[in-house]
Amino acid sequence: MAFEGLADRLQNTLQKIRGKGKVTEADVKEMMREVRLALLEADVNFKVVKDFINRVKERAVGQDVMKSLTPGQQVIKVVNEELTALMGGEQSKIAVAKKPPTVVMMVGLQGAGKTTTTGKLANHLRKNHNRKPFLVAADIYRPAAIKQLETLGKQLSLPVFSLGDKVNPVEIVKQGIAKAKEEHCDYVIIDTAGRLHIDEGLMDELKDMKDAANPDEVLLVVDAMTGQDAVNVADSFNKQLDITGVVLTKLDGDTRGGAALSVKAVTNTPIKFAGMGEKLDQLEAFHPERMASRILGMGDVLTLIEKA
Amino acid sequence: TKTRDSFSGKVNDLVSRFRKVDEEFFEELEEILISADVGVMTVMDLIDDLKDEVRKRNIQDTKDVRPVISEKLAELLQEKEEDSNLNLQSNAMTVMLVVGVNGVGKTTTIGKLANKLKNDGKSVLLAAGDTFRAGAIDQLEVWGERVGCEVVKQQEGSDPAAVIFDAIQSAKSKNVDVLICDTAGRLQNKVNLMKELEKVKRVIEREIPGAPHEVLLVLDATTGQNALSQAKTFSEATNVTGIALTKLDGTAKGGIVLAIRHELDIPVKLIGLGEGIDDLQDFDAEQFVYGLFSDLVDRETEE
Ligand SMILES: Nc1nc2c(ncn2[C@@H]2O[C@H](COP(=O)(O)OP(=O)(O)OP(=O)(O)O)[C@@H](O)[C@H]2O)c(=O)[nH]1
Ligand SMILES: Nc1nc2c(ncn2[C@@H]2O[C@H](COP(=O)(O)OP(=O)(O)OP(=O)(O)O)[C@@H](O)[C@H]2O)c(=O)[nH]1
Ligand SMILES: [Mg+2]
Ligand SMILES: [Mg+2]
Repeated sequence: MAFEGLADRLQNTLQKIRGKGKVTEADVKEMMREVRLALLEADVNFKVVKDFINRVKERAVGQDVMKSLTPGQQVIKVVNEELTALMGGEQSKIAVAKKPPTVVMMVGLQGAGKTTTTGKLANHLRKNHNRKPFLVAADIYRPAAIKQLETLGKQLSLPVFSLGDKVNPVEIVKQGIAKAKEEHCDYVIIDTAGRLHIDEGLMDELKDMKDAANPDEVLLVVDAMTGQDAVNVADSFNKQLDITGVVLTKLDGDTRGGAALSVKAVTNTPIKFAGMGEKLDQLEAFHPERMASRILGMGDVLTLIEKA
Repeated sequence: TKTRDSFSGKVNDLVSRFRKVDEEFFEELEEILISADVGVMTVMDLIDDLKDEVRKRNIQDTKDVRPVISEKLAELLQEKEEDSNLNLQSNAMTVMLVVGVNGVGKTTTIGKLANKLKNDGKSVLLAAGDTFRAGAIDQLEVWGERVGCEVVKQQEGSDPAAVIFDAIQSAKSKNVDVLICDTAGRLQNKVNLMKELEKVKRVIEREIPGAPHEVLLVLDATTGQNALSQAKTFSEATNVTGIALTKLDGTAKGGIVLAIRHELDIPVKLIGLGEGIDDLQDFDAEQFVYGLFSDLVDRETEE
């Protein structure tokens, strides 16, 4: 890893407060400085970091030291607990419509991994939930986007619906869902074109597609390497489309992935899946706890608590 | 030099807009740089440096702080003397290799760049070196049609080094001015995939002495601190000569390229400002810096 983890960062401070009976405000302040830097280096948005630090500080100051823990251990415990809590519980479940088909829409910035995740999700639903997925190619803009989805469909032997790139995406969505019903498929996954959250025209188009599709899930696909801008993107997509969940992609890289925390904090929707590679079976359940330690650069929080 | 003067001039102009320079100002400056994805440690160092300098020179009056800030910022942001133009051969074929992690905009940038070169009167050939991602070859072919240049390809799944070898032979026999090689996106921690890329580069080196003349690393401006690790690892594998910073038409600022220039000394050469064929520009350091601070300027003028 490129960066110093929180464990290393806290060593000095922890050394100093070893053996004290109470965590003083000054101790906490010093430790929080390190926590702040660790989170910022992991790409957590600075506003999210600020709120987080304030919350942890309140909890940490003036705590009586539990018999089994030193002050340092206690602060780390609080940080980790708060971070895990903020990341949410494990929720890799995908909605099921009362009346099939369940409609899922994939949205997000250019190149985030929507088309690939569409294929992965279909694979997951069929393999692990015995479903009959149906893919809709509604990206008419990116060169060969339809071909890309069709290739994935062929690899999976799953139907891909397309009307070419000259038909309005809203129309494609309508006809696609009708066709899925005809073929008695129970999941419709719609691949949409990547777009910037500030592109009004294209965001309006997405809203129209959503109105036409009446989806049970709107999943925002976010690249795990995203920096500070993650909050703007997530907030904007969420406000305009009421997303129901997030898929974090490219987590097989060596990024700390602080975007996870930022996105969770601004949208307050669960991160449902993690993309762990380019292949169609590389979609995994999202583990909030693992993500918390990854962001903090603590391979194992317990070892850290032992060291403190 | 001219760049240098106009550069600090620009920074000076920005700094003169700050009304007061106090603790709050430093905090705001820190936030703005961090929110632009400038490396965290780079920002912390800068702020500490600034405060030290103010103390050392015993500056009391806030208006005397401003020049110090301009100086330090310019130091940090200074465009080095290095050439940020593409390394095009004047009497021989130029070979460019385009590399980067998944989805950053390699193929699109190649399309736009080919168009730019064609408009400058050059003949261009594209090599479909991404044989892995679904639809990657078709995507490059669409760009080839748009631009009006040929694409050398093989089947999906074939050896990328073999495609590039073919493309070089074809480029030689057709006597084109520029050959641009697309490659599959790969995360820098995938050792095997980085080895594959090294092999592609070796083929180019072997076939044309002195080539590739340009190894462009494409970085997505939306990327945070990981871009630094991307730049390091891709440089080790392929000796990157320039950066194309894409997706600057969004709200991300791409400030991490400052840390990259600082630590690795790789110049930004091109910027991507959209998905269209003309949305590619030469990098302009002044404009880039102005973009970084535009929020600060806006906030100051709003008050
Ligand atoms: N390593 C890795 N690569 C991924 C993952 N998910 C997607 N990719 C790659 O990221 C790149 C972009 O993926 P796409 O699925 O085309 O992204 P998209 O959001 O559909 O892109 P646009 O349609 O252009 O907006 C491709 O090279 C994918 O193979 C992942 O979890 N890990
Ligand atoms: N808004 C915006 N989108 C861009 C820009 N450059 C590329 N894109 C989009 O980003 C997405 C990914 O671009 P590609 O050119 O396929 O990226 P790549 O690096 O070749 O991707 P892989 O080959 O899958 O690794 C596409 O939807 C492009 O249209 C840019 O400067 N601005
Ligand atoms: Mg797509
Ligand atoms: Mg590509």
